[in-house]
Amino acid sequence: MTAPNGKKPKFAMYWAASCGGCEIAVLNIHEKILDVDANFEVVFWPVAMDAKYKDVEAMEDGSILLTLFNGGIRNDENEHIARLLRRKSQILVAFGSCACEGCIPGLANFSPAGEIVHTAFNTVSTDNPHQIYPRTSFDVPEGEITIPKIYPTLRTLDQVVDVDYYMPGCPPESHQIAAVIDLVIQVLQGKAELPPKGATIGAGDSTVCDECTRKRNVKTIKSFHRIYDLDIDPELCLLEQGIPCNGPATRSGCNARCVSAGAQCIGCYGPAEGVVDYGARLIAAFASVIDSNDPEEIEAILDGIPDPAGQFYRFNLAGSLLKAAKPAWEKA
Amino acid sequence: MTKHNGSKPEVQERIGVYVCHCGTNIAGTVDVVQVAEWAASRLKTRGVVIARDYKFMCSSLGQELIEKDIKELGLTRVVVAACSPHLHEKTFRTACARAGLNPFLCEMVSIREQVSWVHTDKEAATIKSQAAVSGGVERVIHHEALEPLTVPINPATLVVGGGIAGIQATLEIADAGHHVYMVEREPSIGGHMAQFDKTFPTLDCAACILTPKMVDVGGHPNVTLMTWSEVEKVEGYVGNFSVTVRKKARHVKTEDCTGCGICQEKCPKKVIDEIYEAGLGYRKAIYTPFPQAVPRFPVMDVDNCIYFEKGTCKACEKFCPTNAINFDQQDEIVTLEVGNIILATGYDIFDARRVSNYGYGRLANVFTSLEMERLTNAAGPTNGNIVLRDGKTVPEAVGIIHCVGSRDRNFNNHCSVICCMQSLKFAHMVHERTGAIVYNFYIDMRTPFKDYDEFYQRVMEEGTLFVRGKVAEVTDATRLPGEEGKLIIQVEDTLAGKQRRIPVDMVVLSVGLQPRQDSNETAKLFGISCSANGWFIEKHPKLDPVATMTEGIYIAGCAQGPKDIPASVSQGAAAAARVLGKIEQKEMALEPVRASVIEEKCSGCRICNDLCPFNAITFHEDRMVTEINAALCQGCGTCVAACPAGAIYGTGFNNEQVLAQIEGLLLLNVGDEPVPA
Repeated sequence: MTAPNGKKPKFAMYWAASCGGCEIAVLNIHEKILDVDANFEVVFWPVAMDAKYKDVEAMEDGSILLTLFNGGIRNDENEHIARLLRRKSQILVAFGSCACEGCIPGLANFSPAGEIVHTAFNTVSTDNPHQIYPRTSFDVPEGEITIPKIYPTLRTLDQVVDVDYYMPGCPPESHQIAAVIDLVIQVLQGKAELPPKGATIGAGDSTVCDECTRKRNVKTIKSFHRIYDLDIDPELCLLEQGIPCNGPATRSGCNARCVSAGAQCIGCYGPAEGVVDYGARLIAAFASVIDSNDPEEIEAILDGIPDPAGQFYRFNLAGSLLKAAKPAWEKA
Repeated sequence: MTKHNGSKPEVQERIGVYVCHCGTNIAGTVDVVQVAEWAASRLKTRGVVIARDYKFMCSSLGQELIEKDIKELGLTRVVVAACSPHLHEKTFRTACARAGLNPFLCEMVSIREQVSWVHTDKEAATIKSQAAVSGGVERVIHHEALEPLTVPINPATLVVGGGIAGIQATLEIADAGHHVYMVEREPSIGGHMAQFDKTFPTLDCAACILTPKMVDVGGHPNVTLMTWSEVEKVEGYVGNFSVTVRKKARHVKTEDCTGCGICQEKCPKKVIDEIYEAGLGYRKAIYTPFPQAVPRFPVMDVDNCIYFEKGTCKACEKFCPTNAINFDQQDEIVTLEVGNIILATGYDIFDARRVSNYGYGRLANVFTSLEMERLTNAAGPTNGNIVLRDGKTVPEAVGIIHCVGSRDRNFNNHCSVICCMQSLKFAHMVHERTGAIVYNFYIDMRTPFKDYDEFYQRVMEEGTLFVRGKVAEVTDATRLPGEEGKLIIQVEDTLAGKQRRIPVDMVVLSVGLQPRQDSNETAKLFGISCSANGWFIEKHPKLDPVATMTEGIYIAGCAQGPKDIPASVSQGAAAAARVLGKIEQKEMALEPVRASVIEEKCSGCRICNDLCPFNAITFHEDRMVTEINAALCQGCGTCVAACPAGAIYGTGFNNEQVLAQIEGLLLLNVGDEPVPA
């Protein structure tokens, strides 16, 4: 890692297809943000400061030391900036669930892009008597104006460019962000070493269960419930109580916050190390502990999970083995 | 998250691919030469240094081909595209081992069962074979050299079930000098055979040939006989099973009982004997099922005993000359350590009430074949007199109906094997003892074994009448003159081509054999599989009929499928031979395809804890991690699939291997268009 002589190393952060929560999480590190300012020159961070793409394009390749990239790649603008920042950055971090594995925007991969646009512009949410749809380019007297072109599917950052590190979470926990920033500063000061390329940073190596303090027994599930259906035992494993908790397959690092508060883990920290397809893993795990041998009863128990795709692939669809539903994929 | 793949790293392995013709089995549908050529050229970059095709890879010449290449070309991996690994994996692994290559670096690709036998389009089948080979090559790259685990074998054996199959197995092993524990849930051994009078086709008396064997078992120095006992738990693995047996309270002190029978004589409570006498006779509340029972000690039926019901009586205790009665006796739990287990748990008979149109249970003089066995038995409730339900009337006409509950899609599809011969036997005996007219109603006559058809011819010559057709109904609703007071058998005589109504006095339903109603639970208890209808599944239907997929567990007799006495005896002996073979090995190598927990990744979520069919999983509460016992694990992969954290590693089936194989199958490794679905 090189910091050009005497000058502060450069830092960038970008949002592609995302909600902006990751930016808030960074700001949420409170006074630690001053360390960022003290140690880095922030050259590009659309949410926090004004900058133009052409300013980035003008930079020397590799001149940015650290880029935190959040959001998935949904359109050509996202892809352009991803490639641009890859070129300009020494370290590119897929920051947050969207960049790592697609997250909520990735759920749109269940539908072809045309359907998504139609839903957005011509259904319950929008009264559209003249059938007006956005066009990617439009001629006006001043010339042609364009908006980004939507892609058939949302891709994760590493499906488009080479990624150095992954930092999961929706959003990443602020204490984890602070720790990562601390680490980078220590590396800059020569006090620490960077983890190997491709590593997941700002998270644990095992699963949420490892951080969960609830009591666990051998699991058998007779029915699934929503948390408001039950008088939940505050001491006992949620899954054992029939709450479909994704903790067993989800990477640790959040301090099991949701489960400690009595809500099931929904899996925002993504798959644990070594898990190839998060949803498939969970489906196999849940199915394994259903306590019945009667196909009809099993069917009825499974009806307790009304939205399996949302349950098992809420964060991971774009990064899963299948990546998208066939109709969306075929257009890709 | 999916890591960005980029270009595939250079393959370091030297892989040999061998494509088998299997005569025309494969070569008839797959262009095997083309598959080998394709592998040699297209998979070169994936490490393939040689690809050959050969008429029979499994022949010694075929194997030598592989061995030679390993030595001369320095192969580090071998892929054989041939039949299912079930058949020849061992063959090719052994060939590799002979040439100095770790046998687990060999991978089989099934292009027979999964390609040539299921396709007709040669071009498509060839492309599919190429894809399968490509998958095998990608997979084998990730194979590891494995070493089998050796475990000592406990020479003691458990035989479950004391029918003729179990008896035979027990005696074979005990006579060879090894200890056998025989567990039987009824009070006596002997099984169904002890209920029969005569055995077809020779008509020897069943008791005369069975009871000497029963006595042998009872008195054998190498046999521990545990009747009135049931297996409750099985732990461990081949060579080292630990079996928990419940010895139900007999309420008789076997160390004091002489089997004199006074207690049975004095017991005032008569109970209908539903089991041994098939409901036709009585026994007492303290009883041995039959005089030649082994062991000779009676059991007390506490549900019917007057003392247990009302608190007084104790007649048995008062009269017992050796003070052997103990009303306070409790069940006893015993743990047995054995190396192998033989299951000979037998069959149930089909419940004839289910064929309501035959009237069993509604029409008095409709009998089942098992009742008929008791009626014809000289030691039975009628002293061998064949009479109607009133106990005295000798029938003048008897109809015997075959295939009741068998070969019938409303009940069981299977043929129960023994019913034709048992029906012929009854025909002969009715004829001999009563002189009655006997009709046999059959669909097909099945007399395939030694002297069976001769017996059929003899019964025909004796004058038994045979009607080919499935009986529609047995009824007492008379319509025609001469039918009054009779049972009428309504049948389509398919040889005469007409409907017939045949009046008889007695109907015998030759009921089929079914799996034990608890066969599924038994299978689960011992960690083996049952077919959909409940017969235990053998390892191979032709070549390994008494072994199961669980090492160290063998099956014999009707628990595996319907069969007659000679076949049951053969299987009992065969299972014993297999066990003796294992005992002689003294120790055995276990397949190293095993699951193991990567402790650092295990969060102790306990999802896997209850899943292992072989009880190989233990949870350590103190460290909050799960552990798998390598010797118990059979490598089934259930826990590997269930672990949500990917913390369980399955040798031979890890993520890398499986995903690489998929990539290979889809031809992503050679940059081809995927094979169309």
